[in-house]
Amino acid sequence: MTLTATNGGVLLAILIMALTTYLTRAGGVFVMARVPIGPRVERFINAMAGSVLVAVITPMAVHGDGGARMALIATAAVMLALRKPLPAITAGILTAALWRLVAS
Amino acid sequence: MTRDDAARPGLGHLLEGFRRMVPLSLFVIVFGLAFGVAALQQGLSGLETLLMSGLVFAGAAQFATLELWGETIPLVPLVAITLAINARHLLMGAAFYPHLRELPTGRRYASLILLSDANWAMAMNGGTTAARLGILIGGGLALWTTWMIGTGLGVAFGSGIGEPERFGLDAIMGCFLLAMLVGDKRDLWVLLPWGAAAIAALAAMVWLPPNAHVIVGALAGGLVGLMLPSTRNEASP
Repeated sequence: MTLTATNGGVLLAILIMALTTYLTRAGGVFVMARVPIGPRVERFINAMAGSVLVAVITPMAVHGDGGARMALIATAAVMLALRKPLPAITAGILTAALWRLVAS
Repeated sequence: MTRDDAARPGLGHLLEGFRRMVPLSLFVIVFGLAFGVAALQQGLSGLETLLMSGLVFAGAAQFATLELWGETIPLVPLVAITLAINARHLLMGAAFYPHLRELPTGRRYASLILLSDANWAMAMNGGTTAARLGILIGGGLALWTTWMIGTGLGVAFGSGIGEPERFGLDAIMGCFLLAMLVGDKRDLWVLLPWGAAAIAALAAMVWLPPNAHVIVGALAGGLVGLMLPSTRNEASP
């Protein structure tokens, strides 16, 4: 199945991609509205919520360069100390920039 | 700024959510710019590029499918890659469902239109239901607006910052999501599911097809959470 990249074809492909993406945004809620939510489901969902972010961040830490790793460490440290996201993220970005400035 | 426990977010909640997302959103301009430039180089027109950013609003999937846009557009890989990368939204939406439960159906599904990593992570981080919805929708609008501004700048000027990694810009999203993750967690038990999620994600990157690692890691973390003793926060099953 291919579309020809005439104006209409590209537009249709963009619409299909947009619809696919929206279905992923709505799908989880659609399912949750139909399952009974007991304590077990709640426990699963709660543990899964943070795990999504862990699974997104871990490859950045493992496959990233030293700057990316130090940035994540600095962010976590400042966040644990101050519990304020903005200083934590700022510390992370500055650490990455400084690390790369020095390392290269 | 009123903060009540009503499930319905007012304009104030949306504005507050927008305001809280502005700092990160400004950096999103850079990513939008990079996408605009890359899409033009791939042969998409400026209008098509803007339409894609505006309607799809999913940077990772837009970048990953970019090479498919040629003389002909293969639909199966387009949908498959989009689904694989955005499947994490399914889990994110499910986790956010408790805060959408009280909304009428139309508003519930409209609230999800701009769900993405950053505003979801911030909305999960705490507050009343109305405040969380304000962040999901208002914060989503902030991210969408700057994503469009960035894409527009990329389309208009056709060149971006040559080496974003030089300024640590590539690390921003990771740092933001990590800050949200660490956010309001004080219970050390979460380290068990999180550890499982990290290990499963890395294993999936080695042995499974590309883009499967987020789903695999998140589900592994959820399963470990299921097995933990239920002495915390909630009644025993």
